[in-house]
Amino acid sequence: MPDTYIARSTAIAARMLGGEMMIMSAVDSTFFTLNEVATVIWQAADGRTPLAEIVEQRVCGEFEVEPEVARRDVEQFVSELSRQGILLVSDQPIAEAKPGTAEAQ
Amino acid sequence: MSLLVEMNDKAMKLGIPLSVHLDVTYRCNERCVHCYLDHDDKGEMTAAEIKNVLDQLAEAGVFFLVLSGGEVFMRQDFLEIVEYARRLLFNVKVKTNGVMIHEYEARRLRELGVEQVQLSVYSHRHEVHDAITKLPGSLKRTIDSIRFLKSQGLKVTMSNVLMTVNRGDQAGTHALAKQLGVAYTLDPTVTPKLDGDTSILSLRVEEDNLDELFANPELVGDVEEFCAPPVPPDEDVMEGYSCSAGHTACYINPYGEVFPCVQFPLPTGNLRRQRFADIWYRSPQMQEVRSIKVKDLTVCSTCSHAGTCTRCPGLAYMEGSMRGPSSSDCEKSFHRTGIPSANMLRKAGMASGGSLIQILPMTV
Repeated sequence: MPDTYIARSTAIAARMLGGEMMIMSAVDSTFFTLNEVATVIWQAADGRTPLAEIVEQRVCGEFEVEPEVARRDVEQFVSELSRQGILLVSDQPIAEAKPGTAEAQ
Repeated sequence: MSLLVEMNDKAMKLGIPLSVHLDVTYRCNERCVHCYLDHDDKGEMTAAEIKNVLDQLAEAGVFFLVLSGGEVFMRQDFLEIVEYARRLLFNVKVKTNGVMIHEYEARRLRELGVEQVQLSVYSHRHEVHDAITKLPGSLKRTIDSIRFLKSQGLKVTMSNVLMTVNRGDQAGTHALAKQLGVAYTLDPTVTPKLDGDTSILSLRVEEDNLDELFANPELVGDVEEFCAPPVPPDEDVMEGYSCSAGHTACYINPYGEVFPCVQFPLPTGNLRRQRFADIWYRSPQMQEVRSIKVKDLTVCSTCSHAGTCTRCPGLAYMEGSMRGPSSSDCEKSFHRTGIPSANMLRKAGMASGGSLIQILPMTV
């Protein structure tokens, strides 16, 4: 199984508010809030750290959750945010992009 | 309750400035007859200073950032400022007259992920719009820019201010917005100039125009609901606040001065000398604004409209007291519902020379 990498889209607005991450898609103005666990995954989505490592070190390491349950929940979460276009998913590391650059389009 | 309302409530409880309106310049290429600004540059912040302010705003938790002016594109570094703001992941809305937006500017705004661009259009007729902006050819240039922005897929809003000089053109301007495929907003509010000059208030529309406006379902939605008599204010209303100014929102002018709102000229500090967080959390003026609940309002706390009025504390401040009524909002509440406000009744009582204490003769 190849590693999976996740990176935050730059076509969004995002800010922490009282422990929750607020995200708004710049494409269709859909508004999301992420709970504490989802926020940890979001913040770890640097495009370089394999998803399996994020699950093991950040989710299982910081929250009391079984690895298998965590893996399943994280995959579902990643799939949902990817479908909304606010998280990029690849089997290769993803280069960091900034709003307005070619990679961000 | 929508997620956005929930977030706003949460920001209110935590004292987070969720929204900031930042004017990057007061310079402008138009000279609108109703404008409340002085367009001379009195030493506006440099791009480096603005970037530093943006860093502080992001740190304070600001999510919604309105970049406005003056005309924002009078600054040659405006797109650099937008780019920096977007790197900090603000939700950015740009207010502009659009006359300097061409294909390149429209494309960059889209590439940078700007949420929305709002342009001012005062009439569908060139002679009326251009007479208001005092810039010949301005309506054509603004419409051209709307087309550039739309072609990039950007969300565009056309905003109109209803005044005596364009009151007959509302329907035509709305039709123009529909034709261009953009959202449309109409505001009958004309505010005094920031230096206190009230001469431009003569541009405010007459009462008949407000009645007509509030009975137009295309503008207000469900007219019956919009014009419904006010529900008597309950304890939640009395313990609440009438506006987000100073609670979850504030305004920063091009010189780094911070105010509770763009329409509330109470200076609370200057970012050239102070940190944003120090002003937001510790300025005595900001704390005073924040302390005022509906129950503390001198006249409005006794008004039947207290729970539904659009009372602007900034306009009230300009009228004499931030705890007092804002007469133009009293008029709106009255024309919306047909029920006079406590302030209107008070003024009518004073005008008729009514005595302060009414004594009923005792009957024996």
